[in-house]
Amino acid sequence: MAMTITQRCLGCYACEQVCPNQAIEILAGIFTIIAELCQECIDDFSVPQCSAICPAEEAILDRHGYAVNPLGSLTGVPAEIRSRWMV
Amino acid sequence: MSLSHSGLRGERSLDHHPCFSEEAVHHYARMHLAVAPACNIQCHYCHRKYDCANESRPGVVSGLVTPEEALVRVSMAKARLPNLTVIGIAGPGDALANPARTFETCRRILAEFPDLMLCLSTNGLALPEHVDTIATLGIHHVTVTINAIDPEVGRHIYPWIYWKNRRIRSSEAAKILIDRQQEGIARLVTKKIWVKINSVLIPGVNDDHLPKVHTAIAGHGVFTHNIMPLISVPEHGTYYGLMGQREPTAHELTRVRSRCGLVKMMTHCRQCRSDAIGLLNDEILENDAGMSSCRSEQVNSSGGRVIPLIPVTGHVPPGISRPDRMVPRRIAIASHDGVHVNAHFGQASILTIFECFPDGGIRQSAQWPVPRYCFGDADCGTEQAPLETIVTMLSGCEAILCERIGYGPWQRLEAAGIQPINTYAGWRILQAIADHIGKHGTSTPMGGLNHGILEPRLAVASGR
Repeated sequence: MAMTITQRCLGCYACEQVCPNQAIEILAGIFTIIAELCQECIDDFSVPQCSAICPAEEAILDRHGYAVNPLGSLTGVPAEIRSRWMV
Repeated sequence: MSLSHSGLRGERSLDHHPCFSEEAVHHYARMHLAVAPACNIQCHYCHRKYDCANESRPGVVSGLVTPEEALVRVSMAKARLPNLTVIGIAGPGDALANPARTFETCRRILAEFPDLMLCLSTNGLALPEHVDTIATLGIHHVTVTINAIDPEVGRHIYPWIYWKNRRIRSSEAAKILIDRQQEGIARLVTKKIWVKINSVLIPGVNDDHLPKVHTAIAGHGVFTHNIMPLISVPEHGTYYGLMGQREPTAHELTRVRSRCGLVKMMTHCRQCRSDAIGLLNDEILENDAGMSSCRSEQVNSSGGRVIPLIPVTGHVPPGISRPDRMVPRRIAIASHDGVHVNAHFGQASILTIFECFPDGGIRQSAQWPVPRYCFGDADCGTEQAPLETIVTMLSGCEAILCERIGYGPWQRLEAAGIQPINTYAGWRILQAIADHIGKHGTSTPMGGLNHGILEPRLAVASGR
């Protein structure tokens, strides 16, 4: 039971600031979630805080491996337009 | 020009701030410190990864420095620029969405350089609860970006905010943001802090609305209003850029500005980056002051071409994967003099590749004079043939360290697996490489344009 971070992460530290369990680990500029510490915020908040503040689409996965914020969900740019420009 | 320090925090504070005084532009320099990476809102004219043209901020990837590094940079810049009067914190995210880093930086600067003025830029969402700290620290200038006072306008500019532990969208988000902005600037004015309002003019979205914004902020007693034209190109990856939102014409900008006049209108804004240094009209990013104590570098009379193997400081933490031990990591440098990371990627006269060995040795493996292919923003990245030649030359490199780089080349290089990095602008080459090696144990630390399968990163054991 834990959230995970993908290669879409921008390294902005937002999740680190809001995680109630200090589960975000940053080594050599790479952000990961320590599975043993992550409780998916179940006891603390209605939604996992990392996924609530993360600005990068597809950067946070839930325990099943699905992107909590899929392409288009944060920027409003449809996935087909985003991929056309590759940004 | 030298300064008498005693008067800086008094009445002269406005005269010495180039972003608040048109006259100061010609005499005083400012330095922006990119210590605040996180943001608590999303704006449609911003893509967090790339350098933002509208707001004063670089991308997260290119810009970040720690409060400790920030102090070093200030002392370097101060030695180089005696007319440096202002230190600003504007990003790469939002100054007040990173209160610990922002205020820690402010405290360090105040302790070390009490004569410098501090300045913050914010979207205003977290402003009200920080006004007392801002006043206590003696931060004299705050810029708040306000693009709307009506949630129905704001919801077309801000897709979401992070507020009270939730992501909130649409008009509800815009209303909270607007209310917090208005409350925040009213409290700043009460504390006698100079307030500048930035507004981005977005045709068809807030052009008719900005005079109402102007009236509202004038009612709060702000010092100046800066209406800036939207910058919107697809290459920036922003919502507006990708969705075809057009930029205003010069005539439209003038017309909206002419409908505002209740407070002083700022028209000399250069829409600079949040890691800019120097006079507003005379950008200096070639900043090597204080970096001349590099331990092991030997420079010969022909311009620093001979570089011996030296130990690399820093280490890769255990558990981080790294390339095969026998294979050196290759890092390219864009330079004008062969000593400093001081060239715009597209304007570099020398591209050098360094090989960094697992035992800590660094060796220069290749160096080429390159044809300059970029002659300014209009051309940057459009001459594809020279760019492709350079990409081929750099194949096998994990990163290119340069002073600045355009969006097109950035994306092309990233697609080729070469990470552009402009954090080291002005550094000595060997120090930059050592720092990069120490920070990044893997070849593509920031991800990239990998559109394949999303793989969770697994945390490595670190004794926790």
